[in-house]
Amino acid sequence: MIDNALIKKIETAALEVRRKFLDIAFGMSPKPLHFGGGLSTVDILATLYFGVMNYDVNNPTWENRDRFFLSKGHSVLGYYITLAKAGFITDEELLTYGQNETFLPGHPVINKEKGIESTNGSLGMGLSVGIGNALAAKKKNLSYKSYVLMGDGECNEGSVWEAVMAAPHFKLDNLIAIVDRNSFQQTGAGSDIMEIGDLREKFSSFGWHTVEINGHNVADIIMALNEDTSGKPRAIVAKTIKGKGFSFSEGNNAWHHAVLTKKLYSLGITECGGD
Amino acid sequence: MIGARPTYGMAVMELAKHREDLMVVTGDVSTSAGLDRFRKTYPEKFVDVGIAEQNMIGVAAGLADNGYNVFTVTFAPFQVLRCLDQIKVDLAYSNIKVTMTGLASGLINGPLGNTHCCIEDVGALRSIPNLTIVSPADGVGIVKTVFASAESDQPIYIRLTGGSNNPIVYHDDINFQIGKAIEIEPGNDLTIFAAGTMVFNSLQAAKILAEKGISASVWDMHTIKPIDEAAVRKAADKNKLIVTVEEHNVIGGLSSAVSEYLSSYKGNSSQLSIGIDDFFPKPGDYPFMLKQCGLTPEQIAQNILSSLE
Repeated sequence: MIDNALIKKIETAALEVRRKFLDIAFGMSPKPLHFGGGLSTVDILATLYFGVMNYDVNNPTWENRDRFFLSKGHSVLGYYITLAKAGFITDEELLTYGQNETFLPGHPVINKEKGIESTNGSLGMGLSVGIGNALAAKKKNLSYKSYVLMGDGECNEGSVWEAVMAAPHFKLDNLIAIVDRNSFQQTGAGSDIMEIGDLREKFSSFGWHTVEINGHNVADIIMALNEDTSGKPRAIVAKTIKGKGFSFSEGNNAWHHAVLTKKLYSLGITECGGD
Repeated sequence: MIGARPTYGMAVMELAKHREDLMVVTGDVSTSAGLDRFRKTYPEKFVDVGIAEQNMIGVAAGLADNGYNVFTVTFAPFQVLRCLDQIKVDLAYSNIKVTMTGLASGLINGPLGNTHCCIEDVGALRSIPNLTIVSPADGVGIVKTVFASAESDQPIYIRLTGGSNNPIVYHDDINFQIGKAIEIEPGNDLTIFAAGTMVFNSLQAAKILAEKGISASVWDMHTIKPIDEAAVRKAADKNKLIVTVEEHNVIGGLSSAVSEYLSSYKGNSSQLSIGIDDFFPKPGDYPFMLKQCGLTPEQIAQNILSSLE
């Protein structure tokens, strides 16, 4: 039974992340940023960081911490805000996002002290790094888990399937891949650009334990993340809405990489319950 | 005489005795890499990812990031070109130390065609910041390189050239340091910088030149990146002619590294670049390949003589 208070806490955190997302996006205008794909993952990130993962912000390199890898590196703003909310990054540092000389560029760069476990941005690489971490845990007899957040568009990359093949071979039941199935990629609907079909079936056929959930339903996410699948890696196909949270961006791929105007910023704040 | 690959396998076996943290990651090449004994002796230190080099680098990075001293091994074209973006992002940009090993680089795989030869690896890797590139001259050089690589903090590429009966360059122990070239043969008239198998051929070429009264110094420029600038400076101060000899395209490798430095150094020396002249050679056995590319000792000597005329 999932604790309702925990769900509420995560939902509140996700709302605050979206609110901060608007502030930063508006602060950056007229510069564009990865908007839509940064919002579809907010509930997954909030659930991981505020309800599931074990970590210690005062000891970010703790050997037995759970590891998170943002394989879809462009989904970075929601990630940085989540790390700030968790206490890895200060609010002041967060405001350097998009500025010259920042250590928080448009795709994450490994920085253990700030809770950033890997460098990503070139798609199709995170799952392999997650496998290396999961293998290390097995070899060292450590109990930590490795979570990899991927995009469905990212699954166009052949390297993804090299990794998908390897994880069950090594029996990595300490590895969890979450696919943000928002059904869009850079220039259009996935079904138009490159149809990847039934991802759940594909992962299953490679030997993964798979589940498909609503990627915005915190209770569903918690259940999927905590499932026991001894012997098999776990793939969670999280059906999401690109641009989730705001009426103007939900399911609208024009917001893949876009500029937030003052008018839409105000609308977004209202939709977050702000003023 | 012993081949590069069995020497490498033995060096890694020996290294395992000294380093608890060693981990070898391969892409279905344990036999080709001389690693069968290692795989049987240390199964817990051996990971085979199958024929999937991109995954190999990512998995290696993940292991290395958790404290393992990781060596990846596969044939040079696949070790470098197939996973170049992973090398850039997961290792160099992330500053995660993995030692990559490119087997059978250069022309030794001539009978198999240019898919399996590799004359581009150094050029491709040299433009990536934060990487070291070492091309040992013989068995002693390989053992020294393997042990030095394990100690280094930076991602490294070990380029293995030559076949199963590589000639011996070093009959005694050597003082080997990554980044520091070794002057094997002193000489006054010109300086030869060579890497990998071309060190031996350059020594032979120097003997031919000596018979004609020309004294060439021969250096083992085992580290191509970072290039030993002091050695290049010394040659430029002393000689009018600097020669580079490599089993690699003349574009991007040792020749380029030396000339890039020379062009910024005020000297009067000119450079002769001996290597594969930017073409895909026709298939054939190793002696045929070397001859086709002008890399036999006689051809190297003749090439130098012509440029002195």
